Amino acid sequence: MATLPRVVTYTLTRGVALFLTTAVGVYLTILVANMGGYVDQIKRSEIREQVGIAVGLNPEYQQLPPDVRQRMIEEMIRVEEQRLGLDRPFLLRSVYFLRDALLLRLGFAERTTSDTGSRLVRNIILDRLPPTLLLFATTQILLFLMAVGFALSLSRRYGSAADRAVVGLAPTSAAPAWFYGIFLILIFAAWLRVLPFGGMVDAPPPENRIAYALSVLRHMLLPAMAMVLSSVFLAIYSWRTFFLIFSSEDYVEVAKAKGLPGRLVERRYILRPTLPTIITNFALGLIGAWTGAIVLETVFNWPGLGRALYQAIGTFDTPVIVGATILYAYLLAITVFVLDIVYAIVDPRVKVGLAAER
Amino acid sequence: MSEGLRQLLGYRAAAAGVVIVALLLATSVYAVVTIPYSEAIRLWRGGEDLWRENPRNARPEWVNAFRRDNLPPTITVDSRAVPYAERTVGVQVREVTFDLPFDYAYSHFPTELAVLFEADYAGQAGPQVELVWKTPDGAEIRLTEIGLRRRDVYRISADPRVQQELGDRPEVALFADPDRPGEVLQGRYALGVRAYLFDPASTVNARLVVYGRVHGLAGTDHLRRDLSLALLWGTPIAMAFGLLAAVGSTVSTMVIAAVGAYYARWVDGLIQRITEVNLILPGLPILIMIATLYSRSIWVILGVVILLGVFSAGIKTYRALFLQIRESPYIEAARAYGAGGLRIVFSYMIPRAVPTLIPSFVTLIPSFVFLEATLAVLGLGDPLLPTWGKVIEDAYRAGALYVGHYYWILQPAALLMVTGLGFTMLGFALDRIFNPRLREL
Repeated sequence: MATLPRVVTYTLTRGVALFLTTAVGVYLTILVANMGGYVDQIKRSEIREQVGIAVGLNPEYQQLPPDVRQRMIEEMIRVEEQRLGLDRPFLLRSVYFLRDALLLRLGFAERTTSDTGSRLVRNIILDRLPPTLLLFATTQILLFLMAVGFALSLSRRYGSAADRAVVGLAPTSAAPAWFYGIFLILIFAAWLRVLPFGGMVDAPPPENRIAYALSVLRHMLLPAMAMVLSSVFLAIYSWRTFFLIFSSEDYVEVAKAKGLPGRLVERRYILRPTLPTIITNFALGLIGAWTGAIVLETVFNWPGLGRALYQAIGTFDTPVIVGATILYAYLLAITVFVLDIVYAIVDPRVKVGLAAER
Repeated sequence: MSEGLRQLLGYRAAAAGVVIVALLLATSVYAVVTIPYSEAIRLWRGGEDLWRENPRNARPEWVNAFRRDNLPPTITVDSRAVPYAERTVGVQVREVTFDLPFDYAYSHFPTELAVLFEADYAGQAGPQVELVWKTPDGAEIRLTEIGLRRRDVYRISADPRVQQELGDRPEVALFADPDRPGEVLQGRYALGVRAYLFDPASTVNARLVVYGRVHGLAGTDHLRRDLSLALLWGTPIAMAFGLLAAVGSTVSTMVIAAVGAYYARWVDGLIQRITEVNLILPGLPILIMIATLYSRSIWVILGVVILLGVFSAGIKTYRALFLQIRESPYIEAARAYGAGGLRIVFSYMIPRAVPTLIPSFVTLIPSFVFLEATLAVLGLGDPLLPTWGKVIEDAYRAGALYVGHYYWILQPAALLMVTGLGFTMLGFALDRIFNPRLREL
């Protein structure tokens, strides 16, 4: 088969498959977030209660005969349910939810509001996204560079004291970041009193831009440290093992035997063929940080998306939950899709669309 | 087997891991045997009445080993152990007097003072009691006079009149040295009790509780509960949760991957699609939703964790492995003699892959132990059971870090850390033994 049609067909089928996968995943989330329709029942009884109270408190209606009043209450409930779409069966509604979610029409939140008071889910998410990105993207990039850098240098002199130390420390990654966060708060905030307990910026926020940035930086220090501490040793350890396996390949031995300088061997013979794995790991790490963020943001009072999502779940705020999930699902799907293409670019051995199945 | 064990113990980290895991398992067995499940729940949910003789927020007793001045433990004096004087003062009225003495040789004030009464009487009117505080320097301070019910508590620390008269919190004022305010006058104190009983069958007993600053092996929390209960019972729960979740998800993942790899075609395709959908689902938010919307019982959560773990990324790894195994000659041989598909999967393919399963399974356990703690820290822990995560959450909510009750967070955290390290060190060593390629490095 010629290259271009093959690549195009492959890209299209892959794209469609990923889209369907995303749709199914989001639909499942919608079902869970609505408790399979039970949230509708909660809403219905809320409406009934509110209408009952509103009518009961209004002196105008108290003159009316009971049966007229009852009919009026029923009518008001019907109108309200119709307004919210509750008169249609949940299964049908869930399909509409899915369509809106997939089209990124995120709609209105039920209880959460953004900092500016908006109820648009889009605004809420856009409000909370920058703090999350600031903290987690920065830390992930830092972590990734540190891990790969150290791992490369360790793989060159494995068995050394530093190498053995990293191997010995790798099990510390069993604990999640929030766990180290609590210890760091204890040491640096409660005991030494040099860094803040949590939050993103001093209260009241400094007027001066530079002072503001410095204050944010100070608040970022502990959560970032917690994240790095909880995963850096395991990351170095696994990268180091990975590089070691690759540096025992025959072509590396040949390159060394030819007398090529160490740096060159590293760059061209070790890093180059492992690039797809490295990129995958980096990209998925960036997305994956998003879910772990919920607890860390809660512990550090960081005003990010994770905490907003957690609060939304606590108040049955389905639109916000679904909104955050669809964003996550799309991010993941797009990353997987783009990675496929990137593999082909960085590694000429990968032939997109050729039957790789055995 | 013994060869494998010797090889394993050759790694120092693995030996430490084995010791830790063995200790944890022994603790779990001990906890479950000594305190039944229902009893643990009853004690943990018991509220203040059950724990009323414990101090609030007391540190563990072992902190005294690291201090020059010892912190006071809780002192209890019971009237049944002291001499009793009784005389008749009128028609049907008897006067009973006794002292509740105790030695106080600490330089820190106690946290609270209370007297617990048990009275027995026939008519409507219970005994009338007068309480006098006697300090080592001979001073006598009249505290109060009360009519008793059958089971009564008089909290000296919470009596506003005493506080007003003494000008300071009672537990401070009653112990303060008059010459050097702010310091404790050490010596023999006593609570003088004078009771008037109005019918011949009446009796009265009193217990003076001087609440201390240290208590037991692990200290107490804001509800006076003994933390050693939660730390002890948290062990079997953490073990059970971690082990069941790890076994449940790895074994099912492996079986499904093997079935998919062997039957290929649409079976494999279906499994792969389900896995991809599952990977799109955000795991922690789903768990949080289940916990918030449906049930916070740890066993329901465990079920969902296993369910979400069945079609995890591990399927892809195992599938690659099984695709290789499927092509090996001995499978061909099995097929030639007529073995059925499921027989090949279960007796030929899976046993071959089990060695690679064990290390990853051991390393997986701590992540589930921490998952339980994570949910608890978010306030979604099991509402009934005492778990390590629950203790951390309570401490965090009560601002233990801000107030300085570090023991409250550090103890469960240390247990979590030790558990995590134990299993992970063991898993890493197993990995090196079962995957010899790593050992060469």
